[in-house]
Amino acid sequence: MSKDALPKSDPETVRKDVASRKLRDQLFVFVGLLALFACLTALLVLFAKLVMDGSERFTWEFLTSFPSRRAAHAGILSAWVGSSLVMLVTAFTAVPVGVMAAIYLEEYAPKNWFTGIIEINVTNLAGVPSIVYGLLALGLFVYKLDLGQSIVTAGMTLALLILPVVIVSTREAIRSVPRAIREAAYGLGATRWEVTKDHVLPYSTGGILTGMILGLSRAIGETAPLITIGALAFIAFLPTPPLSSVAPFVSFTWLTDPFTVMPIQMFNWTSRPDPAFQANAAAAGAILLAMTLLMNAFAIYIRFRFRKKINW
Amino acid sequence: MTAPSQSPRAGSGVTAFGGAPSLFASLRYRKARDRVVEAVLLACGLVAVLVTLSIVAILVSESAVFFEHVSLREFLTDPLWTPLFADAHYGIMPLVAGTLTTTFVALAVAIPFGTTIAIYLSEFAPHKLREALKPILELLGAVPTVVYGYFALLVVTPLLQKLLPDLPGFNMLGAGIVMGLMIVPFVASVSEDAMRSVPVYMREGSYAMGATRLQTALRVVVPGAFSGIAAAYILGISRAVGETMVVAIAAGMQPNLTFDPTQPAATITAYIVQVSLGDLPHGSIGYQTIFAAGLVLMIITLLFNVAGFFLTRKFREAY
Repeated sequence: MSKDALPKSDPETVRKDVASRKLRDQLFVFVGLLALFACLTALLVLFAKLVMDGSERFTWEFLTSFPSRRAAHAGILSAWVGSSLVMLVTAFTAVPVGVMAAIYLEEYAPKNWFTGIIEINVTNLAGVPSIVYGLLALGLFVYKLDLGQSIVTAGMTLALLILPVVIVSTREAIRSVPRAIREAAYGLGATRWEVTKDHVLPYSTGGILTGMILGLSRAIGETAPLITIGALAFIAFLPTPPLSSVAPFVSFTWLTDPFTVMPIQMFNWTSRPDPAFQANAAAAGAILLAMTLLMNAFAIYIRFRFRKKINW
Repeated sequence: MTAPSQSPRAGSGVTAFGGAPSLFASLRYRKARDRVVEAVLLACGLVAVLVTLSIVAILVSESAVFFEHVSLREFLTDPLWTPLFADAHYGIMPLVAGTLTTTFVALAVAIPFGTTIAIYLSEFAPHKLREALKPILELLGAVPTVVYGYFALLVVTPLLQKLLPDLPGFNMLGAGIVMGLMIVPFVASVSEDAMRSVPVYMREGSYAMGATRLQTALRVVVPGAFSGIAAAYILGISRAVGETMVVAIAAGMQPNLTFDPTQPAATITAYIVQVSLGDLPHGSIGYQTIFAAGLVLMIITLLFNVAGFFLTRKFREAY
């Protein structure tokens, strides 16, 4: 370093030195852009490859057929219905619990060791490998609570998995509501819950929605924990429909039905050596990837919209 | 959504001026409701603690049964992991070796790419470009891992086989590289946050001394954000260790005590998937092995997470 700090006073050497440093600067810009575009190209190649490999399978039959031993007749009907129902359970469990936990931590929790324990737990849960949630669900939901390898087990497993995502993004949204708004409401005699429900929550809707969508987009692609609880790939029937024409019109037996989901179906097809099945895997993968990317794009859009709309 | 200005309580407050008792009744009701709500919210907060406790309880209790059959010594020193064979061996080391090797390959990709991208985005990129590129880069981390598995098995491995003709169809190299790609946005965004929290005046001081951007970035910003960048690496490691589907699809599933990335091998996570795909009866020794493997996985990631947590905290306090 001392060599750089004390250049020879000869102007020609100094000029050369400066020029070479500027060149290195430019080179780094090039390297940085290269690294960035290498990663983005990989993403593009990945998507293009899936679309190309699966191109023959993008038909209506693919969406409306059950899995089959013959690749050309196999479809993803049970998989996408299963994924939708599992997501429904996940959303209805993770979002209320996550949002309420975040409200507690931001608005109610006193600063003490007990709150500290909850916070450390949330941070730590975000780093737990997803397959460990599968082991938890296998031991707890499947065997101890005897829920079986059902939609409700899968939904709750994924709900636990995305709970930290929902909590963290809700907390960020709540934290960005200015203190003055709370003080004004307290000044008018509102209780803590009234301040939260009437003022803080409406302003944080954008952030909460973003977190919810990001969480669900992660849950929809998760494979490992569902394999661990024993989800099957070959399901040639649909769960009981939740709505029926006979009283009481709403049925919850679908919650305990066996299921398969998109990523498990794709995994099953990928691990077969027959290239015809790999085309199915590619088509299912393209649809799955398109769904996740759309959900992420939607989340970015919502974040952008709400940030623009609110002017404190 | 309720408009914030139209609080329903505003009305009841006004009517209560008519009689003090009704005002107090309403106040008592509202205060009682607040306490109920607080209890419900606290219960939701405790779910996080409950989940952690359940994970520990399930893993430890099921592993305890496993360790009644297998001594800890055998578990840690036996070079073979064949719990499902007639000649059963229960040495975790082959799985740990597979996990470490794939993690190492993943980091060899993720750290150079992630750090370069972070330095570029934080120190060089124009504001608009950065705001546009960051969300796109983060999409890389949102791709379902099973899709990455397909990519590793059917795109990256065939490409690598052109360079290394002897490479088997299942290998840790392809799986590791794709895992690295998956972790790049994670490493990049955590290190970028760390670099941007280095105060501007430190950069300005450096520029005033005549340093170029690259010199400032490498000699002022990166050392200043060091603990944050280290935390990004460590969190990246813990992700790579826990990654499942890519290795289950592309690295093969035979336990193999080797650190050679061109070999097929099973990781801890891939073994759990392999056993779960079969139909092992609840309570059998094969069933217990996945919990013992899960416990090892949990301990490894926990160590890295705790280290990462303390490093991020340290770097937050630095300025």
